[in-house]
Amino acid sequence: MMKKSKQFWVFAVLAIAIYAAIQFMISGGFLNNFYSNTLIFMGINIMLAVSLHLVIGITGQFSLGHAGFLAVGAYVSAILTMKLDLPFIAAILIAGIAAALAGLVVGIPSLRLRGDYLAIATLGFAEIIRIIFLNIDYVGGAAGMQVTHLTTWTYTFICLFVTILVIVNFTNSRHGRACIAVRENEIAADAMGINTTYYKVLAFAIGSFFAGVAGALYAHNFYIIQPANFGFLKSIDILIYVVLGGLGSLSGAIVATILLTIVSTFLQDFPETRMIIYSLVLIIVMLYRPKGLMGKMEFTDYLKMWMKPKGGSQHEQ
Amino acid sequence: MEWIQQLVNGISLGSIYALIALGYTMVYGIIKLINFAHGEIFMIGAFIGYISISGWGLGFFPALLLSMAVCALLGVLIERIAYKRLRNATRIAALITAIGVSLLIQNGVIYFRGAQPAAYPQVFENKSFNFLGAQISTQAILILSVSVVLMLVLQFIVHKTKIGKAMRAVSYDAEAAKLMGINVDNTISATFAIGSALAGAAGVIFGIYYTKIDPLMGVIPGLKAFVAAVLGGIGIIPGAVAGGLVLGVVETVVSALGFSLWRDAAAFIILILILIFKPSGIFGKNTREKV
Repeated sequence: MMKKSKQFWVFAVLAIAIYAAIQFMISGGFLNNFYSNTLIFMGINIMLAVSLHLVIGITGQFSLGHAGFLAVGAYVSAILTMKLDLPFIAAILIAGIAAALAGLVVGIPSLRLRGDYLAIATLGFAEIIRIIFLNIDYVGGAAGMQVTHLTTWTYTFICLFVTILVIVNFTNSRHGRACIAVRENEIAADAMGINTTYYKVLAFAIGSFFAGVAGALYAHNFYIIQPANFGFLKSIDILIYVVLGGLGSLSGAIVATILLTIVSTFLQDFPETRMIIYSLVLIIVMLYRPKGLMGKMEFTDYLKMWMKPKGGSQHEQ
Repeated sequence: MEWIQQLVNGISLGSIYALIALGYTMVYGIIKLINFAHGEIFMIGAFIGYISISGWGLGFFPALLLSMAVCALLGVLIERIAYKRLRNATRIAALITAIGVSLLIQNGVIYFRGAQPAAYPQVFENKSFNFLGAQISTQAILILSVSVVLMLVLQFIVHKTKIGKAMRAVSYDAEAAKLMGINVDNTISATFAIGSALAGAAGVIFGIYYTKIDPLMGVIPGLKAFVAAVLGGIGIIPGAVAGGLVLGVVETVVSALGFSLWRDAAAFIILILILIFKPSGIFGKNTREKV
C-alpha cells in the first residue's frame, strides 16, 4: 500500500511540475502560439494513444476504429458548446459519456469477433459513424462545423492527467489483470472464471470515453471540424503511436506519440513526405522489431533494472 | 424498365468489386493475411492502363495485359519484401505491415505525380442499345465479358493446373503441403501474382467505366472488395464473385432509391451484419473453434 501511494505522489508532483513549467513558459511568452498549439495537440494525441493502448495493448482487442469515437466526442461537444451554449467542462464530460455509449453500441456486437474480423468490424463502424455525421445537416454535412477555440493548455493537461491516472490505475487493478489475462489467452482466461466479454466491453468503453474527451479538446482546438478529419487514416495515425511505442507499454505509447507529433509538426508542409516516413517506419518496425520500441516494458521497469545491479557484476571489478 | 438498367449498372460495379475481392480472398485463404495493399495495386493497375493508353497509344487489350503483368510483378515484390518474413509473426504485426505498405504506395504515387485526378481516355465509342426498354451501354457489356472471362480463367487455373492444385493444397494445410514436396514459397508468390493481376485488370476496367482516377481511388473500392470477400466467405473463390455482385447491386439500389450519400455506409452495414450473424460468409461452412 505504502509503495503504491508513494508512486502516485511522485507521479502527481512530477505532473504538476511539468504543468507549471509549461504554463509559466506560455504565460511568460517564452513559447509562442505555434509551440503551445503543438503542445496541446501532443496532449490530445497522447490521450488518444493511451486510450487505444488500453484496448489493444492491455486487452488485446485489435480496433481500427478509434477515430470514430474521436468523431463522436468532437461533434457532441461542438453541438453542446456551439448550439446549446453549455460550458466547456460540461461539454467535455458529456462528449466522453456519448463516446463511451457509442463504444458500448459498437463493442457489444463486435467484440464477439476476434483478430482480423474485429479489426474490420471496428473499421466498418468508424466509417459508418463518419458517414452519419456526413449526412446530418444539423452539424454541417461535408462542409463541417465552426467551433470556437476554447481548448487551453490547462484543460488539456488536466484531461491528460486524469486519463493517464485512470488508465494506469485500471491496468494495475483486479480488472486490469483480468484484461491482461484476456489478452494473453482468452480461452484460458475464460476457464479461470473471468467474464471475458464483460472485460473486453469494459475496456472498450473506457477507451472510447477518453477518446471522446480527446475529441472534445480536438474540436475546440481547430476552429472547424469536418467528417473528413475522422477517416480511416486518423485511426491509423493513432494506431501507429501505440504500435510504435510497443503494444502493452503505456510509457512507450507516450514516448512514441511525443516523437511522432514533433516529427509530423515539422513535416506539416510536406504531408506526402510525412506519410512516406510514417509508413516506412511502420513497416521497418514491424519487420525488425515487431514488439515496438519498448515492448511491454514501462519506464518504471527500466528504472528498477538500473537500481538493482545484476548479481555478480560487483565482484568482477 | 428502369430496374433492369439499375441491375446492369449494379452488376458492372459488382464485377469490378468481384475482381478485386478475388485477390483478397485468395491471399487470405493461403496466408491468412488481409492484404490492405491490394486496393493500392488496383490503383497502380488503373494508372498503368492510363499511361499505356493515353501515353503510348496502346489499345484496350494490350493495356489490360500490360497492367495485369506489372501488377502481378508488384504483388510478388510486395510479398517477397514485406510479407515473407512475417509468416510466423503475430497477426497484428502482419496486418500493420500491410497497412504500412498500402500507405507507402499511396503516398509514393502522390509524391511522384501529385494528388490531382486524371481523366481516363475513351477507348470505345460509347454506344448503347435498347434491351427490354433499358439503355445498356456497350461498355457495360464489355466490362462484364472481360470480368467473366478472367473469372473463368482463374477457375481453370485453380482447378485444372498444377499450380492451382498446389495453391489449394497450401491453403488447406501449408505444413502438409510442404511435406508432400510442394514449394510453398513459390505457391504463395503465384497466388499474389494472380490476385494482383486481377486487381490490375479491375483498375483498368474501373478507369474506363468511371473515367476518373486518382492516387487515393484504391482505398474505398479496396475496403468494399474486402467486404465482398467477407460476405461471400473469405477464402472461397466463388464466394468472392457472389459477394462482389451482391454488393454492387445493393449499392446501386441504395443510390437509385435516392440515398446516394449513404451508399458507402451500405457496404459497411452489410459487413457488420454478416460478421455478427454469419462470420463465415454466405458460402462458408461453420467451423468449430479448437482449443
